[in-house]
Amino acid sequence: MKIPDLKKKMMESEVWKSIFRHGYEDTPRNRALMIMGNVFLHLHPVRIPRHALRLSFTWGMGGITFTMFLVTVATGIFLMLYYRPTAEYAYQDMKYLMHDVPFGPLIRNMHRWAAHGMVICVWLHMFRVFLTGSYKPPREFNWIIGVLLLVLTLLLSFTGYLLPWDQLSIWAVTVGSNMARASPFLGHEGPFAEFVGANPIYDARAFLFGGGEIGPHTLLRFYILHCIFIPLVASLLMAIHFWRIRRDSFSGPSL
Amino acid sequence: MAETAQEKRKPSMVDDKIYTWPHLVRMEFLLTIFVMVVLIIWAVVIDAPLEEPANPTRTPNPSKAPWYFLGLQEMLVYFDPWHAGVVLPTLIIVGLMMIPFIDINPKGNGYYTFKDRKYEILTFILGFHVLWVSMIIIGTFFRGPGWNLFWPWQRWDPHKVVALTNVDLPYLFGFRDYLWSSVFGGLVVVGYFVVSTLAFYLWIRRVKGKEFLERWGMVRFAITAFLFITMLALPAKMFLRLAFNVKYILVTPWFNI
Repeated sequence: MKIPDLKKKMMESEVWKSIFRHGYEDTPRNRALMIMGNVFLHLHPVRIPRHALRLSFTWGMGGITFTMFLVTVATGIFLMLYYRPTAEYAYQDMKYLMHDVPFGPLIRNMHRWAAHGMVICVWLHMFRVFLTGSYKPPREFNWIIGVLLLVLTLLLSFTGYLLPWDQLSIWAVTVGSNMARASPFLGHEGPFAEFVGANPIYDARAFLFGGGEIGPHTLLRFYILHCIFIPLVASLLMAIHFWRIRRDSFSGPSL
Repeated sequence: MAETAQEKRKPSMVDDKIYTWPHLVRMEFLLTIFVMVVLIIWAVVIDAPLEEPANPTRTPNPSKAPWYFLGLQEMLVYFDPWHAGVVLPTLIIVGLMMIPFIDINPKGNGYYTFKDRKYEILTFILGFHVLWVSMIIIGTFFRGPGWNLFWPWQRWDPHKVVALTNVDLPYLFGFRDYLWSSVFGGLVVVGYFVVSTLAFYLWIRRVKGKEFLERWGMVRFAITAFLFITMLALPAKMFLRLAFNVKYILVTPWFNI
């Protein structure tokens, strides 16, 4: 049997047809099916305004931010294989990753730089959306989702900052978390703390740390927030964010 | 930015929509490849930092938050932690979420224009570029031991002596009594908001007109005025600190501003 015959037979088999609903014919119908028939692509509209494709309009920042997120997810899973979130092992595992694991340094560096890149790109994305006024009706709510995603991006990066368990991590997180200690009412060093009885082991920062100061409990807490909770919430909001672009259509001058 | 060139482009009446497949998907694919290439090269060339093991008994000087929070840490120089670390970040987030509801200018929806949205864009640039980003740059590159100012090429001298000559504003005006200092400070803070709100109102009426204010409504005006004036309080306090060594404006037993 020749290759083309084999290909034809394969593509007409029941199994193939059960997986792939349509081929690659270059017809408007098929182009629409390509988007609608795909769970990931269907978050896009089937057709978009020509100007929304231009990089000079979008700067590509939303897409780049999402790409960075996917990179951190993929590299993050790899890192989880070699990392134990306990004070005894965390730092040793980092050393192991950086010196003995094949491609360990590359994966960790990618994870780190993609996370930083994500923060920068999400800010630039916000600036671009502001400049093009793309938050104006009917897209007000998507801007709010975007602000929440910006906050979650910062929190993702911040919780990940602690995990290497080196001097840089714990002191940066200490400084960054001291604001929780200073919250009015809820932090033991904040105004009016005495009225609610907040103290060093029972206040907003202790809730975040799982204790009065950074320790093994904090590491586990940040690990779970970093690897499970925040990514889940962020993914959910991203799905809404993209879906909303489709529902409300790309912004552009009204015709 | 290219606002001026873009705004000349008049929207045409023809339906100029294109198919997402292949146009947008191809663009996303190429952009992803581009990002991956840049990222991989970057990751090969530059190692992520890994310092010595965590040691809760050895505090580095300076201890810096992650760079994206250094704007907040820099604000700690001018405000107390409850204000710089909690109230202002909350207002930044809430204020950002408010933007679509307080900006009722129908122009500039979906295209670049500076002329039609001068004040909106300038306000954003003031908040984002001038305050947020520049404070991050100061915090990252210009702060050394003791959170003192150093040039990036200067050696970090941990024994640098900086005179602590800051005094509270009421003290500067001759108030020595605790109670009257608080009263005076409170009046200054309230006065700042009242006078600024009034000035903001007059300014809006001059540049946008009375008719705009009526359309804008009381609630939108009040929220915008409060957020804008609170934002301006940061450069105002920075100026008082740098020019007159003012530490606090309002001192109370519970909190200071």
